[in-house]
Order: sequence, then structure tokens, then C-alpha cells
Amino acid sequence: MPSILEIIGPAMIGPSSSHTLGAMRISKFAYNLNDGVPDEVVFYLHGSFQDTYIGHGTWLALLGGICGLKTDDPQVARADEVAKKIGLKYEYKAVDLGNVHPNTVKIVTEKSGVRHEIIGSSIGAGRIKIISIDSIECDLDGEYPTLIVENQDVPGALESIINVLSFYGVNIATMQLKRESKYLHKASAMIELDSTISKEILERIRNMDVVNSALYVNAIVEE
Amino acid sequence: MNVNRFKELIEICEKTGEPLDKVVLHWEMLDTGLSPEKVLSKTRFLFKVMEESYEKNKGKTLKTLVGLTGDNAKKMMEYIPFAFSGEKVFQAATIAVTIAESNASMKKIVACPTGGASGVVPGVLLTLKKYGVEEEKLVSALVVAGAIGKIISIHASLSGAQHGCQAEIGSGTAMAAGAAVHAMGGSPKQVSDAAALSLKSLMGLVCDPVGGFVEVPCVKRNAAGATLALLFADMAMAGVQSVVPLDEVIDAMDKVGRMLPESLRETGKGGVAATPTAKSIIDAFSKKFKMET
Ligand code: SF4
Repeated sequence: MPSILEIIGPAMIGPSSSHTLGAMRISKFAYNLNDGVPDEVVFYLHGSFQDTYIGHGTWLALLGGICGLKTDDPQVARADEVAKKIGLKYEYKAVDLGNVHPNTVKIVTEKSGVRHEIIGSSIGAGRIKIISIDSIECDLDGEYPTLIVENQDVPGALESIINVLSFYGVNIATMQLKRESKYLHKASAMIELDSTISKEILERIRNMDVVNSALYVNAIVEE
Repeated sequence: MNVNRFKELIEICEKTGEPLDKVVLHWEMLDTGLSPEKVLSKTRFLFKVMEESYEKNKGKTLKTLVGLTGDNAKKMMEYIPFAFSGEKVFQAATIAVTIAESNASMKKIVACPTGGASGVVPGVLLTLKKYGVEEEKLVSALVVAGAIGKIISIHASLSGAQHGCQAEIGSGTAMAAGAAVHAMGGSPKQVSDAAALSLKSLMGLVCDPVGGFVEVPCVKRNAAGATLALLFADMAMAGVQSVVPLDEVIDAMDKVGRMLPESLRETGKGGVAATPTAKSIIDAFSKKFKMET
């Protein structure tokens, strides 16, 4: 059941919880994935996001999110000026992403030569669903700090990653596993955590033999 | 305690003698694990934001995203002393329109219960404050509004795209009417009567925003919602009861919502959105802002 605080709130920048707030949260997810404002971003708008781009301020919401603004920051309405000041290069394109929710956007970023790509949908009342990160399918709502690990699909790999987390006292909320390629022995795990993790823990995981790569995204939900 | 109906809240109030807002806060704690203090302080914060959005934007000409509205609140504010419907009612409508126009201009608002219907509850609560109701009483009234909205969201919906505008302006009006009764010192039963009368009056209201944007008819419907909420709060305080209880009205609203065709659920394809004037406005607008592939 929803909290009454979700019913009588949240405080947000208008006009629409699905076309403005939700869009902003998806973009905030990309900001967190980059651990800061990227150098360049391209927003690929799918479905009704193409229609609400100006009339619901979706373009400003997306831009505000990638600039790391809070979802109730009045500057969202001037996010183009904020982006200009930071020196962020941005672009919007229409795209057909196929059979996905009508309010979906693909966000491609580049920061210091590292490219990331996420696809997210705004599914109503400001709630979001991230359905792909760097081409790995997922189902995340951005409510938890999340660790995304591509690991070798060998016995005990996952267990040893979990051991590192529990060594540091980090509790796991949920976990989504996927076998990327049986042939290449590659698998991926999306681990939603109950608390944030430090750079040190992330480095430790990245350096593990069974780990090919690891990404970390902070929760998008603000107090 | 598996409460999800308003009549259960009334029963608990009657059995324990506790006021409705306290019972709601306990229900919330059992349901979500948030302490009553935390919920109350966050509710107080939301009330402050409502006040702030009104104070910052009142009397201004606002530039909305599509530009179909923006100076109506200003016109209304200047007219308050002359309003035949009465200063208090017209004040509430003016606040509601101010906040709705602020929402359409990408200002900070509280989505209570949604962006489109964000003017109704503050229209009522801030008017009560102007006429002497204490702030703490209004914060507890906002908790009560939350309970009404939560029950609607469990058994029906608060989304125009799902259940039409009855779910947005209709629910907002029910929440505001119930909150007003609570603030005026009415009983939990009177709170539910005011909410039920509101939902019944707006039953079947369609969601037909021009171009799909939250401007026409949304902004002015907020004025209707705030006005009706005050009316039904007064009627409930006078002892007028809803023959059909709130929980059943909500179920009826859910059924009506499910019967609404897609064209009348925020698609911008029916109702006033499908009129010749609306179409020509939107044609001109989309020509100006065509996206590149
Ligand atoms: S017409 Fe639709 S978009 Fe406008 S306030 Fe009503 S439900 Fe919201």
C-alpha cells in the first residue's frame, strides 16, 4: 500500500508526474551511473515522450536530471542555462525503441571517454523502471543503491562477491541474475543494496578475479 | 490491522475516542513503518511548500509551457473584493488557479494528489488559514486528506490516464472537502460525507486535456474543485449526509473509470480536446516544435 506521503506529495517541478518528474528521475539515474555530470549526452525519445517534449517540459526535466538537480529544484525550469554553464553538450533525437512503455527514453552519455547507455520508462505517478544498462537487461526502480556486476559464470563467483559485501556489513535488498553468454561464461548480477557503498568497496569488487567489470549507481530517491 | 476502507477508520475512531488524524498516523505506521512524528513532519513540509508556491506566484502573469493559460489567477485576485459568490469561495478558487498555473509553468508545486489537480487541496487549506484556522490543524487535515486519497488509490485510481478526471480533480476535491471538515472540527463520519458528496458530484468527469497538456481544461477545473470542496464541507457540517457511504462511492467511481473509453483518459483525443478550436491550437503548436529523427 502506498504511503499517504506519496498521495499528498511529492513536492516537484510541474506539470506532470509521469512526463516531467519521471523523466527527470530516469535522467538522474544516468547522472548517478556516471557519478556526476557527463561531458556529452544524447536523449533518444520514444513514443509519447516525443509529443510531451515541449508541452510537458520533458526536455528540461531530462536535462535537469543529467545535471544532477534535485527533483524539486526550481532551476529545472531553466535546466538549459544550467547545462550551458556546466558546459554539457546535449542533443535530443526521436527514436522507435519497439515494444516498450510509451514514456521511454534512451540516454547515451560520455564522460572522460567512457560511454554509458540506459533505457528507462516513466510508468506513472513519478515511478520509473530502468530496463537496460549498457545493453544488459534489467528491472530497476532506482530506489536502492545498486551494484551492477558482470562476472565470470563459474561456480562460486557470485558467492565470493556477496562475501565481500557482507564483510563490509552491506545488506542486500534484492538481486537479479542473468547469464549473458553460456559460451563465454559470462553472467551479470544487479544487486540492490540497503545502504550505499564506498569507493573502496567498489574497487575491491572490481579487482576480484571473477569480476569482469562493476558499476555502481546510487539511489535516485531523495530524502 | 489490515485497514483499507474508510468505514474501518471511522470505527476505530469511535471505539477508541482518538481523533481521525491520530488514527490515520497509526495506520500509516503499521502499513509503511514510518513513525507518526516522521509522517507529520513531512506533511508539515509539504504544507509549507504549498504555501510557498502560492506566495511566490500569486498575482503574477505566468508563462506556461503551451501558453494557453497564465494570467487567469492574476485577474481573479484583482476581482476578489467584487466576487458575488463571496470572498472566501473566490479566494479559494484564486489560490487553486494560481497553483495550477504555476504547475503548468514548471514551478515547484506539491503533487497532491497529482500535478494536474495540484491546486484544489491548497486552495481550500490556505483559504482556511487566511481566515484564522491554525496551521497545525491544517497539517493534521492534510493527513486526513492523505487517508482519503490513499483509500481511493487502493480501490480505484488517482490517475487521469487510468480513470479520467474524476480520479484527479474528483479525488482532489474529495480530499480537500474531507480535510476542510476535519479542520472545522467535524467528526470522522462528517469527513467521509463531505468526501462522498464531492466524488458523487464529479463522478464520470472525463480527462480531456487539449493536446494532452495540463492546461485546458485542467487549470480551471482546479477552481471548480476547490469551490465544491468548501461547499460540501459546509453541507456536511450542516448535517447533510451522503446516502451512499464513501467506500461504496469509491467502488462506483472505479467501475465508471474502467468503462471510460481511451479517448477520455488523458489521450487528448476526446472531450474538449477534440473540438475544432483545440485541434487548431495544437496543430499550430506541434508545427512549431517538430522533433528531428
Ligand atoms: S483533465 Fe486530465 S490532465 Fe487535466 S486535471 Fe483532469 S485528469 Fe488531470
